[in-house]
Amino acid sequence: MSTLLDIQDLAINFKTRSGDVHAVDGVSFQLEAGKVLGIAGESGCGKTTTALSIPRLLPSNARLVRGHILFDGVDLMQFSEGEIEKIRWKQISMVFQGAMNALNPVKTIGAQIIEPIVWHEPAIARGDANQRVLELLERVGIPAARARSYPHEFSGGMRQRVMIAMALACRPKLIISDEPVTALDVMIQAQILNLLKDLQKQMNLAMIFISHDLSVIAESCDEIAIMYAGKLVERGSIRKVFSQPAHPYTQALIRSFPNIYGKQELIHGIPGYPPNLIHPPTGCRFHERCDRCIDICAQSEPVLREVGEGQIAACHRIGETLP
Amino acid sequence: MNPALLSIKDLKVYFELRQGLPLPWREPDVVKAIDGVTFDILEGEVLALVGESGCGKTTIGKTLLRLIEPKAGIIQYRDQDLAHLKGVSLRAMRQKMQLIFQDPYESLDSRQSVFDILAEPLVIHQRVTQKKDLQACVFEALESTGLHPAAEIAQRYPHHLSGGQRQRVAIAAAMILEPEFIVADEPVSMLDVSVRAGILQLMLALRHQKNLTYLFITHDLSLAWVIADRIMVLYLGKVIEIGPSDRLIHAGTHPYTQALVSVIPSPIPDRSREQIILKGETPSPVHVPEGCRFHPRCWKFQRLGSPKECLTQEPDLRQVAEGHLAACHFLD
Repeated sequence: MSTLLDIQDLAINFKTRSGDVHAVDGVSFQLEAGKVLGIAGESGCGKTTTALSIPRLLPSNARLVRGHILFDGVDLMQFSEGEIEKIRWKQISMVFQGAMNALNPVKTIGAQIIEPIVWHEPAIARGDANQRVLELLERVGIPAARARSYPHEFSGGMRQRVMIAMALACRPKLIISDEPVTALDVMIQAQILNLLKDLQKQMNLAMIFISHDLSVIAESCDEIAIMYAGKLVERGSIRKVFSQPAHPYTQALIRSFPNIYGKQELIHGIPGYPPNLIHPPTGCRFHERCDRCIDICAQSEPVLREVGEGQIAACHRIGETLP
Repeated sequence: MNPALLSIKDLKVYFELRQGLPLPWREPDVVKAIDGVTFDILEGEVLALVGESGCGKTTIGKTLLRLIEPKAGIIQYRDQDLAHLKGVSLRAMRQKMQLIFQDPYESLDSRQSVFDILAEPLVIHQRVTQKKDLQACVFEALESTGLHPAAEIAQRYPHHLSGGQRQRVAIAAAMILEPEFIVADEPVSMLDVSVRAGILQLMLALRHQKNLTYLFITHDLSLAWVIADRIMVLYLGKVIEIGPSDRLIHAGTHPYTQALVSVIPSPIPDRSREQIILKGETPSPVHVPEGCRFHPRCWKFQRLGSPKECLTQEPDLRQVAEGHLAACHFLD
């Protein structure tokens, strides 16, 4: 297996009037070709910021402080805007959360899907491009005849299918899906998740799957990375992390979801709120909300270390025998 | 079993769709949002109302509070028929029933301070006449929803508060008139998972302290399972199954319920589980399918070779077990 994406020590700040927000601070991970990595965490933990930095789609007040984004062995951070444009959508494409807002309301969906194809492959014959649009639509389960319809003529689930067709248009190697099923009904959610899973397998795509919903990640990813307040706190295979979560935050997050195959009890929450990232807390960023916090947690920052096969976590209290 | 607080009989809510000129010979399209539902809400229970978007969950909630006028049917609240209540007596009843909305960013008036938001109902219903008492009431409501220190929170405006705190203010506002019955419409779906539990715990604690009855509207079956006593599943404006939560999730009999349960994502990765994925989407309530309204999407209908009953006859709710009813011609 070859490493497709290698993110090293990524740090991103947002300039705001009240100061610099340290949205992502020292995040590293790798993704192999053809694998699916889920990134989970609460709102504001930096999961979307991390992912959007890869195709350089961050808002203008964002600043890359340090780090490297190696895609297929080359560092995207060194690329000029023009060079990034050639990669964006051709090699790395996106599926956004609100398919409602991501599509252009005054263009037919066929015209929108063809756009990236013509942009990246200027030599392509119009007929071939049209043919590819129709194939893409069939592939995501939309009758080809609907290429001439406008986004408002589709339901939410169908629009998300259009988004997926568009993301596949240039046969990318990596797809970043940002909460692709969040606003959808459970049944439509299951349809879209299965579609993504099938396409990912058929086309051997690598995928980054961002979601606040751990259960959705458990069902659709190979690996999971948990973020908290701009830091990666745990990472490992789905099976490992869900059966033996090492970080107290991961444990608490898993307990926040009801599980109908488990005990019928009220979900547990996590007391308090995530910290302000203009002045992040010293030590472990989770210590204020952690039920296992000891003195050292407020003073020194824990580093990621191996806790099991292919599983890493950042917590001072890992390895201690539980009471 | 507790006695019923509300008894709903054959409730219908229709909306007329306006399309083009209202010409006298043109029959307007009618959306049958609620198409004859009958159920009880028992005193002190949490009844969860689940279903996909557009199935009529919110319409039922709002109709029970008379925020939407029913077309037909009876809403019996203890010994009064709410559906036909008017004027002063309706206003008196309104104090006993409150609504908690989904979005705490939209449901609170951004130009009112927390104090004003909470004081308004007390003033409107003339519960408090002395300014001193008003303050005491508001502070007490804030404290009881876990907003400390009350005096400081009361001064703030909604934009100063986080989503979880806002939802607590919305709950405090709903509780301040000491209602008996609360409709909670997706009260936690906008909140982060880590703060959800706190809000739910608060709602359930208040239920015991104040002897409340909840209609809890949600699209999340697994959430309904952990907080509700009973679950009612709605499809296209009809009740298709109702029963005790645990039974409904683990021994649901209607093919629609079974499909919904099978696709609940589970935080325990277990890929061997069989999912029943329904094709297509809920049909429009303007053109409700003939016979059983679920048959065009029903997996059982297909497996049984399109039986005639499903095409021609609308199934009634039948008893499956004690307190467990389902509407299907071919129950397990």
